[in-house]
Amino acid sequence: MGRAFKLGDGVSTDAIIPGRYNVTTDLSALGKACLIEARPDFAATVRSGDVIVAGRNFGCGSSREHAPLAIQASGVKAVVASSFARIFYRNAVNIGLPVIQCDALFEAVEDGDTIDVDVRTGNISAAGRTFQAEPPAAVALKIMQAGTLVDLIKTGGWAAIEEV
Amino acid sequence: MGTLTEEIFSRRLGRRVRAGDTIVAPVDYAMSHDVTTPLAIEAFRKMEMPLWDPERVVLVFDHILPANTVAAAGLHKLIREFAEEHGVVHLFQEGICHLLMVEKGFARPGGIIVGADSHSTTYGALGCFAAGMGSTDIGVVFATGRTWFRVPQTIRIELHGSLPEGVYPKDLALRVIKRLGAEGANYLAVEWGGEAVAAMTIDQRLTLANLTVDFGGKAGLCEPDEVTRDYLGEAEVSDLQPRDPEYLQRVELDAAEVEPQIACPPAIDNVKDLSAVEGLQLDEVFIGSCANGRLEDLAIVARYFEGRQVHPRTRTMVVPGSKKIYMEALKAGYIESFMRAGAIVMNAGCGPCLGRQHGVLAPGERALSTSNRNYPGRMGSANAEIYLASPAVAAASALAGAIADPRRVI
Repeated sequence: MGRAFKLGDGVSTDAIIPGRYNVTTDLSALGKACLIEARPDFAATVRSGDVIVAGRNFGCGSSREHAPLAIQASGVKAVVASSFARIFYRNAVNIGLPVIQCDALFEAVEDGDTIDVDVRTGNISAAGRTFQAEPPAAVALKIMQAGTLVDLIKTGGWAAIEEV
Repeated sequence: MGTLTEEIFSRRLGRRVRAGDTIVAPVDYAMSHDVTTPLAIEAFRKMEMPLWDPERVVLVFDHILPANTVAAAGLHKLIREFAEEHGVVHLFQEGICHLLMVEKGFARPGGIIVGADSHSTTYGALGCFAAGMGSTDIGVVFATGRTWFRVPQTIRIELHGSLPEGVYPKDLALRVIKRLGAEGANYLAVEWGGEAVAAMTIDQRLTLANLTVDFGGKAGLCEPDEVTRDYLGEAEVSDLQPRDPEYLQRVELDAAEVEPQIACPPAIDNVKDLSAVEGLQLDEVFIGSCANGRLEDLAIVARYFEGRQVHPRTRTMVVPGSKKIYMEALKAGYIESFMRAGAIVMNAGCGPCLGRQHGVLAPGERALSTSNRNYPGRMGSANAEIYLASPAVAAASALAGAIADPRRVI
């Protein structure tokens, strides 16, 4: 159970973490700079279990993995968006940040609403309703089940993905 | 059989590959730069495997070169130590990664390259399948030499006719982005074709392939032809071409009908005819980047700047995309014309594009850039405005101190 932080359409990786804040690999520094200009109150108020709810093309722009890492380090449980930019989605899956596509949620949820996301089943409860997320593609599911891409390849090489 | 993308993967795997297939494929090169390499190294180290091939890993210092903070210098040091430890052969600090991948001959027709930078699509101009990924994906390639792809469907963009005076490939790309929207090609490959593309130089095609990711494209390809062959200086290049391709979508655009375009804040797909915003005063003009930092781009700017002065209210920065381009621009007299005109010329690299090193914007300022990103906060303050346009528009605007139509300058 957490609160929804509602963002709009086209949230870029520059908005998630501006370039000048990602000259580091320190996760807590990345987490503190998450949404620092787009949503200045975010890092100070976010609590473990909260959920980012966004519109279309979430994570567009740069390939920087600092963006999903910053979100993950902030304590956010999952990002639910109407659609994701390809590279961001792949990066998030690779590092084990739950990213969930659900077009219907965005209009139904207000900022600050209580929200509960079951990242395993894609079942979302919010605003007194339930929503079912789109199931992830086969490769994404394999990586999610393993935890991270590194975990998947370390345990079985590319075989798991070649079988998809 | 199939699109350029299907042809490339089918040839590489020795079996028929179709859009929608999930494949694991070997890559020719894995590239990363000073911002993305440190996290790729972390992923690679977790793999606990040897480096796949020290000759096929390309590491470039370009985003923050020379280092401007202790933190940046520390990351550079980490990368140098990694390269030393693993015998990485290709370590460059002489320009933007995407320009070097082409200049150094890594991008080849029919090749497969992945880079830890979204604009890795650039190499598609030579008929190479090239996609941007994140650091973890690239770190895993460092260890295994392979990565997975969902073979994308393709949007075919036919650019008909020829470019009018004052109109450039940047304008065509922005016009396409306006039509398709910022996620119009998400998860898809794009093929750029038609007589306008056939008539383009490789420098011009590189601009189209570069901007493909800015409307979501996974790769942006041009089929190799005589122009490609001449550019590579080889008698034979790949016979790669689409064979009975099935396209998801076809987009037709007549270049002759396109006016100079400009992407307005806050996003790349907020594209207008230049005339809609002409006269807006500018605090900064940036000429360079992986979109438009090549020699032909600098030649255009030099033509406008020759014998003129940039407007005193508009600080104007020119950043040649690579050392090679810088030296050729020196020989051609372009650098002197920039400096005589009052522009600041900086070392080859990414320059002010990403607001991390120099040319940073203050709140309330307005900039025009030849780069490919105008998200709020990209070049400094989130309360600054960034407009994107061609080098010709940038040059004319620097002279006027305000957004100006290059067709009225010469």
